[in-house]
Order: sequence, then C-alpha cells, then structure tokens
Amino acid sequence: MIEFWIILIIKTLVVFGVSMLIVAYSTWIERKVLGLVQLRHGPMRVGWHGLLQPLADGVKGFMKEEVIPDNADKPIFIIAPIISIGAALSLLVIIPFGDTVTIMGREITLYLTDLDIGILYVLGISTIGSYGCMLGGWSSGNKYGMIGALRAGAQMISYELPMALAVISVVMVCGTLSLVGIVESQAGLWNIVKQPLAFFLFIICGLAEINRTPFDMPEAEAELACGFNVEYSSMKFALFFMAEYCHMFVFGTMVTTLFLGGWHGPLLPGPVWFFIKTFAVVFFCVWERSTFPRYRYDQVMELGWKVLMPAGLLNIVLTGLWMVIFNI
Amino acid sequence: MAEGKLMTLNMGPHHPSTHGVLRIVLELDGEIIVKATPHVGQLHRGIEKIAENMNYQQVITLTDRLDYTAASLNNFGYCMAVEKLLGIEVPKRAQYIRVIMGELSRLAAHQIWVGTHALDIGAMTLVFYGFRDREMIYDIIEEASGYRLTPTFLRVGGLANDITPDFIKGVREFVKWFPTALAGYHTLLTDNIIWRKRTMDIGTVSAEDAVNFGFTGPSLRGSGVPYDIRKAKPHSSYEDFDFQVPVGDKGDVYDRYLVRMEEMTQSLKIIDQAIENLPEGPVNVDNPWVTNPSLDVVMDDISALIRRFKIQSEGPHDPVGEVYQSVEGSKGELGFYIVGDGNENPYRMKIRSPAFILISALSKILPGHMFSDAIAIVGSIDIVLGEVDR
Amino acid sequence: MENVKILERIKAKFPEAVVADQDCCGDLQVTVSNDAFIEVMQFLHDDEQLGFDLLIDILAIDNSARRRKPPRFEVVYVMISMDSFDRLLVKLPVVEGEDVPTVTSIWQAANWAEREVFDMMGIRFAGHPDLRRVLMWDDFEGYPQRKDFPLEGKDFDEKWDPDTIEVL
Repeated sequence: MIEFWIILIIKTLVVFGVSMLIVAYSTWIERKVLGLVQLRHGPMRVGWHGLLQPLADGVKGFMKEEVIPDNADKPIFIIAPIISIGAALSLLVIIPFGDTVTIMGREITLYLTDLDIGILYVLGISTIGSYGCMLGGWSSGNKYGMIGALRAGAQMISYELPMALAVISVVMVCGTLSLVGIVESQAGLWNIVKQPLAFFLFIICGLAEINRTPFDMPEAEAELACGFNVEYSSMKFALFFMAEYCHMFVFGTMVTTLFLGGWHGPLLPGPVWFFIKTFAVVFFCVWERSTFPRYRYDQVMELGWKVLMPAGLLNIVLTGLWMVIFNI
Repeated sequence: MAEGKLMTLNMGPHHPSTHGVLRIVLELDGEIIVKATPHVGQLHRGIEKIAENMNYQQVITLTDRLDYTAASLNNFGYCMAVEKLLGIEVPKRAQYIRVIMGELSRLAAHQIWVGTHALDIGAMTLVFYGFRDREMIYDIIEEASGYRLTPTFLRVGGLANDITPDFIKGVREFVKWFPTALAGYHTLLTDNIIWRKRTMDIGTVSAEDAVNFGFTGPSLRGSGVPYDIRKAKPHSSYEDFDFQVPVGDKGDVYDRYLVRMEEMTQSLKIIDQAIENLPEGPVNVDNPWVTNPSLDVVMDDISALIRRFKIQSEGPHDPVGEVYQSVEGSKGELGFYIVGDGNENPYRMKIRSPAFILISALSKILPGHMFSDAIAIVGSIDIVLGEVDR
Repeated sequence: MENVKILERIKAKFPEAVVADQDCCGDLQVTVSNDAFIEVMQFLHDDEQLGFDLLIDILAIDNSARRRKPPRFEVVYVMISMDSFDRLLVKLPVVEGEDVPTVTSIWQAANWAEREVFDMMGIRFAGHPDLRRVLMWDDFEGYPQRKDFPLEGKDFDEKWDPDTIEVL
C-alpha cells in the first residue's frame, strides 16, 4: 500500500513539474515563433535565445505591485484566477502521456489516473475554467472587463456543444470514454482518418474554448484592451496567463489523444511521440494566431450555432450510419 | 431599448485602437452602438497660432508634425501655398523630386495604415511587414534629407538640396521590390474570409453622404467619387504622369481598404515614371527674394552676402493677399489657407485637415454597428491625430 | 466652368448679395453680404450648373491687427464641385459679437468646421446643432486664434478676463 502512495506522489510531482515546465516554455515558444514570423527575434536577452525568459517573467509576476480596483468585488476578484488555474491544472490528471513501462520490476503507468469517464471530465472541468474568465471580468468593476466576461460566457456555452458533438463521434468509433482506451483503440488507424470532420470541428471549437485567435473575443486586445483580465496585475494576472497556456497545452494533448493516436508511433518511445504531436498542435495554435484576423463577436456565435452545430450533428448521423452499414 | 439601460463606454484616449489620442464616448446597447460622440483636441499644439510668429521657411518644420506618417506631403502643400502666394514656380527638377518625396511619404503612410488597420481587426503580423517596407522608404528619405520621420526636405522655392545618385539607386531598388511586398499584403488580407467578413458591408457610406460629410481622399473614393486633386487640379507636374484614380463602389470598409491598396500601386507607378524621366537643372527657383545666393558668389560679392543674411534671418516676404492651396494628402485633401500681409510671417494660416472632418462623420456612421466594427471603421478612415488636432 | 462664368451665374441670381469679388491666386473669391448669405449658400449647393456639393473647410480671419475698421472678422467657406472640380471661396464679413447663420443643414461637413471656428475665434453660429468647443477643453476661456490672445505669460490656472486679458 505504501508503495502505491509513494509511486503516486512521485508521479504527481513529475507530471506537475513537467507540465508546468512545458506551460512556461510554451509562452517562450509562442513569443519565439511569433517573432520569427514577424521578422523579429523574439526574446533574446535572458539566457541563450531567451531560454530563461519564462523564469524571468515568473519572477516579475511575483514582484509586481498588486492592484485591486476600488469598485471591484474583492473576494470574487481574488478567487477568479484561482478557479482558472485550478481547473487548468486539474485537467493534467488524466492526460495519458504514454503506455505502461517497467521500472525496477514495477509496472508503472505513464498517466496519473485512467478515469472511465475521462473525456467527460475534460469537457466538464474546462467549462469550470471559463468561470474564471467570466467572474474575473465581471468582478473587476471595469466595463471592458464586463464586455469581455459577457463574451467569454456566451462563447464558452456556444462552443461546448459542437465540441462535445465532435467528441461523441470519436467515442462512438472507439467505444469507450476512457482516454487510455481511446488511445489504445487507435493502435491501427488514427481517428483523424476515421473522423476527419470531427477533427476539424474539434480544432475549431478547441481554439474557441481556449480563447485563441481568431476567436479571442474575451480578450480582443485591439477593441477590449485585454478584456476580462484588464484590471489584473502581478501574480493574479500571471495565474490567468498560466491557465491560458495550460489550456493550450491540454488542448494539444487532447487533439493528440483523440485524433492523432496518442503515444502510438514507430521507432521512438511513446511519450516522445506524444510530445512531438502535442507540440505540433501548439505550434499550429501560434502559427494561426500570427496569420488570421479576429472574428466579430456575433460572427463567432453564428459560426458556432449555424455551422459547427449542424456539422457536428451530421457527423454523428454519418458515423452511426457507417457503423450500422459496416456492422462495426 | 429603454433609456437608462445603455452602457456608456469611454473608448480612448488611451486605448490600443484609437490611433493616438482620439476619444470616442460610445453608448452601447449590449454590443450595438446607439450613440457615438468623438472628442478630439488632446494633441492640440496650436500650430496655426505658432506659425503666425515664425517666418515662412521656419513654418515648414511645423507642418512636418501634422501628419507625421507622411511628413513630406505636408511640406509639399505648405510650400506650394506660399509659392502660389509669392507667384513663383519652382523648376521642373524640383517639382519631380517633390512628387517622388510626396509619393514615397504616401506609401509610408499607407504602410502604417495597412498595418494598424489589420492589427485592429486582429491580424497582428502585417504591421511588421509594413514597417519593414517603411524602413526602406525612410532610408531613401534619409539619403536625401538626413532625417527620417520629419525630413523638412522641401523649402519655399525648391528643395533643401539636390538629390544624390544613391537616392536614385535606392528609389529604383524600392520600386523593383515593393510589388512583391504588396502581393504579400494582399495574400494575407484581401482574400482572407475572416477579413472579408469583418470589413464587407461595414461602415457603408453612400456617395452622396460621403460628399455631404466632407470626405476627401481614399475615404471619398472608396464611396465611388473619383475626386483626386492630383487629377482634378494637377499641380507640380502631376499632369506629366500616367496613373489611375482607383474608386470603390459600395463605400464600406473593404472598399476603402481596396482603394488604398490600389493607391499604393499607383503611387509606385508615379515614382517609377518620375525617377526615370527626372529632368536636369537647378532645384531652386532663381529669385533673389526667396533663394540663397550660392556660397561662391557670397564670398566675392558684398551685396550677395547681405542678401544671404537677410534671407537666412527673415526668409521670403509675402505680398498682401490670400491663397488656398491643397494637395492630395495620404488621408485626403490637405489644404493650406494663408493670409499674407507683407511681412516675413504669415498673418493667418489655416490648415484644412482631412481627418478632422472624417472624424466628425463618425457620430453618423458608427450607430447601429457593433463595438468591434467601430474599431474597423475608425481604422478604415485612417486618422492621424497630429493632423486632426494640429 | 471658368471663374468668370461662375461669378456671372451667382450675380445673375443674386445681383445685390455679391459685395466684392477677387482672384485669389487663381481661385475665385466672392464676398457675400450678410442679408442673403444663407440663400446664396443654398443656391451654390443646389444649383445644377454650379453644384458646390463638397464643403472643404470653414475658417475665420481676425483682421484686428491689420486694419482697425470693422468688420473685425471674415469667415471664409472653401467649397468644391464634384462634377467639374471647380473651387470657390465665399467670404462673409462678420462684426464682432454678430452671429453667423449655420450651414450645417446644407453641408454636414460644416458641423465640426463651424465648431472649430467658434472654438478658435469665438464666432457663434446661429442654429448650430452642437456648438461646443472642439479642440480646446470645455471650460477654456478666451479664443486662441484671435490676434489679441496673449502669447505668453498667462497662467491658465488662474481666472482671467477674456476681454481685458487681466488676471482677476
């Protein structure tokens, strides 16, 4: 029994440590890739090619002055970033980084836990994360923040549904809600081949869920001047920031798990493949950010309800027909 | 929506997308704008008043600070107004070089515009591409005048100095290279579905309204009125060049965008023709009341020395009279109304700022649009607050 | 249309109103009397042959520093026709304290242009829908473009009399 707990604690620490490192360095990746796209160098000062920049940012976040506006709703204002980062970190629990490995004669699984309802957990917890944005914007006593919060609320609700529909068709094909089970079922053929439409739906809805351009309505720095987190400073802002990149990382792992075959791949060990695929998705997020203009708020809603919703439903019907006809 | 349920949102003067210090008080019903009241004046420096106490050559440096994205065009308008009042005409070579400087400035202004306009709508990369090409232009301007943003290269009666072979080489290289960059802008924006969704049928201004609102420049041409001072009232040898005046048809944000993009191509065409057909000759008018005698003469001739001293310290004296002269600025008709009373400084100078009038129409255009569209519309009429507030 | 013909057409319609005309370095400048001012402006905008439908600018000149006799101000309207691209300058002499009828009903562009003239010269426009200061702040006293406006030495934190320019 004690061995189980020791392994669990070590695994938790490793997953947490590695994930936070990746989250920190995805900010570096974002700035570096954006810089290179935009004929700049990106961070260059702190460490070799700015490699220590995330740490410097963290230190800066701690050192900055805390500002809480007078007309802010103080308890909610403080709790909002905690909700945001808490939900984002909870998602790390079920990410299947790799298959079982044997270390010192013990079978160790490369994930913290394998929930039977893993994918539902992801959808549910990521929705709770959006409460952070909504409450944060609403409680800051700023009109820009309030508009950002309104947009965040509407956008999250609208894009949960098509995202869930895309996931349902994957679940139909794989026959399980467990993330590990979904990865294992892709040993032969990846879901991106079986479910191309669901893949596109998931990518688009995922970008909207994690507030990335072209769907970064709640932030929209050009019009809302950073939207829901406009009044946040120092560590509270850093928590929002970390939550955002944590969501991006989780989005990458989810795309990898659901569609890109998880840890499956030739030659290299499983976790390496997993991270290669995840970083490909993260790079895609940064790349499209540097390329696309932003949608308008009502156009985002329109796209969600009038295009993605029907497409998701259609995909489920088609998947069902396909399963009935080929008797899978 | 009932009274009292509207949200008043103070957009600016410190807001990322107001291109400086424009302040617009918006009344929002949800995200729909019900009423918009623009406020300007935060950058008012009283240039018109300052000019009344400076001599004619000194005022040129003030005009640089109007539309600082296209400084040479402001010099252009002012110098032509004073020359018209003095009744002098600058030599052909100076006219051509002025046209080159003006069109280069226009290109630089449009590059900033396309970058910031795209940035407002969320495409963040284009601003850096625009600045890359603008650097080339500023290198060329620096080669001619020694300054980058505010060159003050034009003088009443001609130019500060003649251009160098490196200037011509730089312009030729730029003319050769820029179409590639422009194609890149088009690739990023023109056919982008999100860009089209954000700009088409937004901020539509009909031709009658545009004329009545006092629109000029690309904003007027975007509504389909082909009024371009370079064609309508050719000045400074513009009649020598072959170029088209692009017009839109609907007058929405997308049309104004296309008009400006096409204008860049036409400007490039003008620069190309001017640099290839550059006449030889002096760059300053031969008028003892306006131009300095050359240093060789000054060293031998006492009267020339006195004249140089007088011109350096006072500048030209104007006759009693009034003049209105305008050029096609990068934002619209940039006009200078100068009243002379026979002294060395203007009695009254009024600058007709195109963007000032454009902003005044915002309160008519914005209502009914969404909050995000306000940013797109403000970006599409292309304002520079240095010129609005003077 | 040539300047001469423009002048003839205006004079044919309003023989009394055109007080003076001059060639302003190539542009026609007509001075209009106060009585028929708004009718002349309406005619200039609506007439088929003239059709000055784009009001470029409105400006005011303070003549107090160069001639003593009234009228102190002159308001100049710069307009252009979108058909023929002819330009016309219309000048209106204004005595100090006198109101000028607004032309916002004819050209909406006049709205802010008149506000600026009011802000800078203190000429009021009768019937203007929104006559507030535009460039200076709302409780600014005095009119900066007037020739008697102090150039330096005035502390704007203290109250001063705009007529005598003395600190109260």
